[in-house]
Amino acid sequence: MSRLLLVGVFEKEDDILSVTRAAKDQGLSIVDVYAPYAVHGLERALGLKASKISVVCLLAGIAGAVLKLWFEVWASTFDWPVDVGGKPWNSLPAFVPMTFEVMVLFAGVATVTALFIATGLRPGRKPKAVVPGVTDDRFALVIEETDAAFDLPAVHRLLEEHNAVLIEERVEETEAP
Amino acid sequence: MARVYSVFARPLIQGDKRLAQVTEDVCRPMERRPGPWWWAAFTASSALLLLGMSAITYQIATGVGTWGLNTTVGWAFDITNFVFWIGIGHAGTLISAILYLFRQRWRTSVNRSAEAMTLFAVMCAGLFPVIHMGRPWLAYWIFPYPNTRGSLWINFRSPLAWDAFAISTYFIISALFWYVGLIPDLATIRDRGKPGFRQRLAALFSLGWDGSYRTWNRYEMAYLLLAGLATPLVVSVHTIVSWDFAVAVIPGWHATIFPPYFVAGAIFSGLAMVLTLMIIARKTMGLEDYITVRHIERLCKLIIATGGMVGLAYLTEFFMAQYSGNRYEQFVFLNRAMGPFAWAYWTMVSCNVLAPQLLWFRKIRTNLAVVFLLSLLINVGMWFERFVIIVTSLHRDYLPSSWAGYSPTVIEVATLLGSFGLFFTMFLLFCRVLPVIAMGEVKGVLSYGRKHGEGHP
Repeated sequence: MSRLLLVGVFEKEDDILSVTRAAKDQGLSIVDVYAPYAVHGLERALGLKASKISVVCLLAGIAGAVLKLWFEVWASTFDWPVDVGGKPWNSLPAFVPMTFEVMVLFAGVATVTALFIATGLRPGRKPKAVVPGVTDDRFALVIEETDAAFDLPAVHRLLEEHNAVLIEERVEETEAP
Repeated sequence: MARVYSVFARPLIQGDKRLAQVTEDVCRPMERRPGPWWWAAFTASSALLLLGMSAITYQIATGVGTWGLNTTVGWAFDITNFVFWIGIGHAGTLISAILYLFRQRWRTSVNRSAEAMTLFAVMCAGLFPVIHMGRPWLAYWIFPYPNTRGSLWINFRSPLAWDAFAISTYFIISALFWYVGLIPDLATIRDRGKPGFRQRLAALFSLGWDGSYRTWNRYEMAYLLLAGLATPLVVSVHTIVSWDFAVAVIPGWHATIFPPYFVAGAIFSGLAMVLTLMIIARKTMGLEDYITVRHIERLCKLIIATGGMVGLAYLTEFFMAQYSGNRYEQFVFLNRAMGPFAWAYWTMVSCNVLAPQLLWFRKIRTNLAVVFLLSLLINVGMWFERFVIIVTSLHRDYLPSSWAGYSPTVIEVATLLGSFGLFFTMFLLFCRVLPVIAMGEVKGVLSYGRKHGEGHP
């Protein structure tokens, strides 16, 4: 399969924000936007939902805390109870600090792992070089030319209205999305 | 629809930068050959590192008799240095995580290097408890692992074991936070098209980052979560460090004020170290437009705030000792202020409480030479604070017959100097290989490309 893409390149944050909103309003199929920094408001313009990584973070944190608490109780109450200064074997309040640390550790490592899995970032991944400069000073809006009804001149005009510095057509060979 | 946006009274970054200029300004000092000042600093700090490594080798080979400790003063230099360094690290997390949650966008100019400082400070801190164990080759005994002795587990009720977990978690999370923050900037370096070793490394570690906004969207969420995790973490770490003392029944240590007192002191000392490093870095790397006098001033204000908390804690401690009616507590505090270590106590008070008061004046806050000097004084004062807490509480205990003095040996001093060597060597190398300013974040606070308040839902 291959698909036809239209890439518009912009130089200013204001332009990429307004052109993305306009494209969304016109019902164009936006593949992605490439930006050198996280432009605030773009996620709403693109209609992206908040990432579910937070769920992973929460679950991993709970798992870490439960696991650690269980381990401490098991080790110092059942496996080998040791009398330390006459304290009860199951000294729950004294188990809180380590449980907290392990909770944070699990949650943090899981968050980063989930980020890498969800975004596909990994060593050796080929970056999609849409246009040079998107990691430096340029913003790129990538629109898919969906069907025959796609009005190319109109979209051209739209991009130019928002100060596109470059408009290019691309053919992309698609494998898995 | 109600619109919420931030309108900067003055731009955070000076000089009307365009986006490409930020990349250029940050990458240029890194890509050109290091100047004579860098070499001089690097030579000095690696010489100190070498000195410290020799001292560590010698004391481990010979034994703990090489230290000035005695049966009364069983903790002194090692633990002082440990608490000092771990405290330095905390300001990095304050800037990178806590200020992020508070949406303090000026932090973008300093967060990268402050986080690096955190990592290196935690490395230095981790060194000392391991040395202090006396038999560092058995350091892993502090962690519970299945062993052939039973398994005999560790004492989960001991603050020292909590410490090992807290510091390791802190290091891992800080490193992750720092690395995640670096990924977009590494991609920028990769795409600059200057072939060489640096570019190949950047290509590997940028993990194929391409600026896709779908990635950015998840990235921002992960960054927010890490900030949210690091914030309670940093408070917990120094709280646990303070419990190393407060859980003991030594007069002068056994106080409930210790956790907040230590956390405030840690951030206070770390901010002073951030200032020390930033004032040098902005000058030598030509980053005056990014780390502006305004940034320095804000850091100074944070120092006034945290320094005030530290001063309040000193007073509270003294008051509580008198108010408690406990003769041993009362004695420890009078002994601190008037005993044989009075010089250390008053060094601490003048550096930590009196000196920072000068920062109330804008004239002084904007005079970088004076600020630099004050930041050094605070570093010294905060080192002495830990020394005072540890040594003066121990050296005259319940039994006058066991009272003793303490003075460090050459080996101990060399180890302390060595930790400074490690810290500055790492920091100087960091300045050479990685962007000291988070480009991907600074670009987001420029005024370039946006009409203030318009187009910002």
